[in-house]
Amino acid sequence: MAKQHDVRSLEDVVVKFVGDSGDGMQLTGTLFSEVAALAGNDLATFPDFPAEIRAPHNTIAGVSGFQMHMGKRKIYTSGDMCDVLVVMNPASLKSNLKWTKPGATLVIDSSTFDEKTIGKAGYTENPLEDGTLDGYHVIKAPITDLTRQSLEELGVDKRLAERTKNMFVLGLMFYLFERDLEKPLEFIKMKFSEKPKVVQANQTAMKAGYHFAESTEAIKITFRVDPAPMKKGLYRNITGNVATAWGLLAASEQSGRPLFLGSYPITPATEILMELSKHKSLGAKVFQAEDEIAGICSAIGASFGGSMAVTTTSGPGLSLKSEALGLAVITELPLVVVNVQRAGPSTGMPTKSEQSDLMQALFGRNGECPLMVMAASSAANCFYYAYLAAKYAMEHMTPVILLTDGYLGFGSELFRIPDVKDLPSIKPPMADPNDANFKPYRRDEKTLVRKWAVPGVEGLRHRIGGLEKTNIDGNVSTDPLNHQLMVNIREEKIWRISDYLPLLQVQGDPEGDLLVVGWGGTEGALASTVSRLQEEGHKISHAQFNFIKPLPKNTREVLKRFKKIVVCELNAGQFVNYLRMLYPEYTYYQFNKVQGLPFHIQELTETFIKLLED
Amino acid sequence: MIDYNKISKSPVELTKQDFVSDQMVKWCPGCGAHAILAAVGNVFPKIGYRKENFAMVSGIGCSSRFPYYVDTFGFHGIHGRAAAIASGLKIANPGLSVWVATGDGDSMAIGGNHFIHVLRRNIDINILLFNNQIYGLTKGQFSPTTPLGTVTKTSPYGTIEHPFTVSGLVMGAQGTFFARVPDNNIKLMTEVLYEAAKHNGTSVVEILQNCVIYADKVHEEVTTRDMREDRQLFLKHGESMIFGKNRDKGIIMAGNHLKVAEIGQNGINESDILVHDQYNTDPGIHRMLGRMKLPGQPVAMGVIRSAPANTYDDLTEQQIETAKKTSRIQSVNDLLRSGDTWEI
Repeated sequence: MAKQHDVRSLEDVVVKFVGDSGDGMQLTGTLFSEVAALAGNDLATFPDFPAEIRAPHNTIAGVSGFQMHMGKRKIYTSGDMCDVLVVMNPASLKSNLKWTKPGATLVIDSSTFDEKTIGKAGYTENPLEDGTLDGYHVIKAPITDLTRQSLEELGVDKRLAERTKNMFVLGLMFYLFERDLEKPLEFIKMKFSEKPKVVQANQTAMKAGYHFAESTEAIKITFRVDPAPMKKGLYRNITGNVATAWGLLAASEQSGRPLFLGSYPITPATEILMELSKHKSLGAKVFQAEDEIAGICSAIGASFGGSMAVTTTSGPGLSLKSEALGLAVITELPLVVVNVQRAGPSTGMPTKSEQSDLMQALFGRNGECPLMVMAASSAANCFYYAYLAAKYAMEHMTPVILLTDGYLGFGSELFRIPDVKDLPSIKPPMADPNDANFKPYRRDEKTLVRKWAVPGVEGLRHRIGGLEKTNIDGNVSTDPLNHQLMVNIREEKIWRISDYLPLLQVQGDPEGDLLVVGWGGTEGALASTVSRLQEEGHKISHAQFNFIKPLPKNTREVLKRFKKIVVCELNAGQFVNYLRMLYPEYTYYQFNKVQGLPFHIQELTETFIKLLED
Repeated sequence: MIDYNKISKSPVELTKQDFVSDQMVKWCPGCGAHAILAAVGNVFPKIGYRKENFAMVSGIGCSSRFPYYVDTFGFHGIHGRAAAIASGLKIANPGLSVWVATGDGDSMAIGGNHFIHVLRRNIDINILLFNNQIYGLTKGQFSPTTPLGTVTKTSPYGTIEHPFTVSGLVMGAQGTFFARVPDNNIKLMTEVLYEAAKHNGTSVVEILQNCVIYADKVHEEVTTRDMREDRQLFLKHGESMIFGKNRDKGIIMAGNHLKVAEIGQNGINESDILVHDQYNTDPGIHRMLGRMKLPGQPVAMGVIRSAPANTYDDLTEQQIETAKKTSRIQSVNDLLRSGDTWEI
């Protein structure tokens, strides 16, 4: 018989799993999220793991976390402060308690709290006993010990027993959130199908956790999160990096140009390289280069050779690619450069996210060197923006830098699966064989785009390269007026892409007291803050930029209809200064944060309210 | 023989004239590069691929102007990166015959990393390495192949760094093809370039090139015509390593090193002379041949090494072919619907 307890129905809830690296928190969080998705919740997730692969046991440096935010309404971000924190050791409690809401539910493995581990975490007293946790809803249980006991009859070794404690916790959590075990048990079977012993141990531990939760007096409430109203369709969970890789594959298929990726491993962009490496059946050629420079240069070679060429990287890698980007600009070859931004400068904080490469993307090259810059703004829409980056690169014969960031790349959300044939068409300007009119830099009058003449095609032999060339003929030239002309054309060609871009959308009324402006990965935090303030009756709207160079054609129209404009960025003010440069007639307020952390709803709300009241 | 299965054969016979571009050649009079251009003009029609299937790629330096002077598809890259650009071009478009024109500064200094990795991967491209032991286009600074002690504009007291030998670097990086030719022997150069085209993998042809302005006659001791029979060893696969005006000297193995022996002296006869095996996968003797130098030893010319090995580009195609046959994912729509999905 189940004991009596309250059931609390929630709009949305933030759950975080934290433990030692190697405690399996990523798997635990992923499985918990999948079950939520299957139950019809909208959700977003974010893994929070250390740069070290296996930092010393039970230290703060070794804490690995997985946060998920689920709800019965639209979920924009992986959440700020958590409502439920699952804690596997003292160090995880120490480093995460500050990120929990007052009165949050804490699920704690008390068997890991001994004098040694408490000390390693930096506590002087046992936090389970000294009042640290007063005011929280604490569910504490000797999880490691209970897991071990539950597996005694199976005769599994100590190490395996130790490693299945995350499944015990999951069982407990499934009870706490009123999920049934059918799906997760099936998942375990699939995941460890090669190892029947491991399947049995994990399933047993999960059931034991569930049964323990049913009977323990410590659980006074369970939570219910009803399904969210979602657009009908086929869904899956996807991370930004995987979505980016798949968007590129879709663009390759749609354009008929084979995909070539030249790339070098770098956090947090490596997943794109790993993902594309899997898809040889789709013809993707993936070249893991000897360095970042070879990554982009091989891609430029492949682009010259007629492939849809891509290089993926993060900030330090983009720095190394600068010179070669200039080569792609002057040869006017299509190239997609994905920069999954991280906190800089230099090596900075590789696993932490930031938006501080915008100026580098726009201007970080020698000479007058314009190219297209755009940004994805959610994990799932990385698919579409990667697709569009490839489309614009090929159709406009230019390198395109697509900015995403660590939060988008590692974070995941629900993705409504499209049919590739419904995506916009991609028509690269291929030169026809034996085109008597072909010249390397002969251009389309309207777009200023040159033809893509692929080696191997008859009658198109030509030479291009890093030296300035005459317009049309493409001969090496140092003629002053020709150089001026080519500089002007290269700039103008990029701005003319704006004729083909979607207009900037405003979330809310097209005029009002305050326009909140953001770009790229901050969309979730800004949109959810603004929508709450709108519900409270404030005349506040929001515009998120996905296209930065060129800007959408209606940018000025949008900006001029608000009394105040505030530009919010996870950098020291790069986009705001770009806007000041292009549209100096407006006054811009700015809100910046450079901590390797995302915006929190609370700090945004306070900032906006203050601007609305002043 | 040239393999026309991967790169298609020209339906018509081509001539040297087919590869002359409309650009004025701007190298200094007397520069060794002119001879290389002549040899390339000789060999491309002989190789027999369609004109459109040749692509020239270069980096920066005097050598790297080469693509402008050959009427093929051409790409003039940036300093040091020709090997990386050519790698991408060949992998993306394996139906091309890709040729890189580069120099000792371009490939061994700023582009050293790409140079060793293209060799390790054995991508089927051909690298013409113009070794003039100097930076020419930047007007006379020492390069990684400049001999120790040489006075240049950036080493007024003589260089204090040990030079690379091209053969040593190529074989150290597990290169499968290495040949050496002097710039004043267009006939040999043409033969060697043909061998490079035949080789399935990365071919490096080191050309001892004279820079008349900044390093005039640096190779003179080796390449001078009147002494070349005695100072150069012309290697031919399957033939004995005999040299000298009177063909009375040869290379023998003495203990663990190569030695010059006089035929007919000290009981040495022709059968004691080493026979060249350019296809030997073991690079041991190839390394030693590459290292031979004056005085005391002739400098080895011709194809020193041409070892068979899988190429990166072939393996890429094979993996793709296998995956296309066996994978359940045949389209992006299949991919999007693979794994856990659910209807709402």
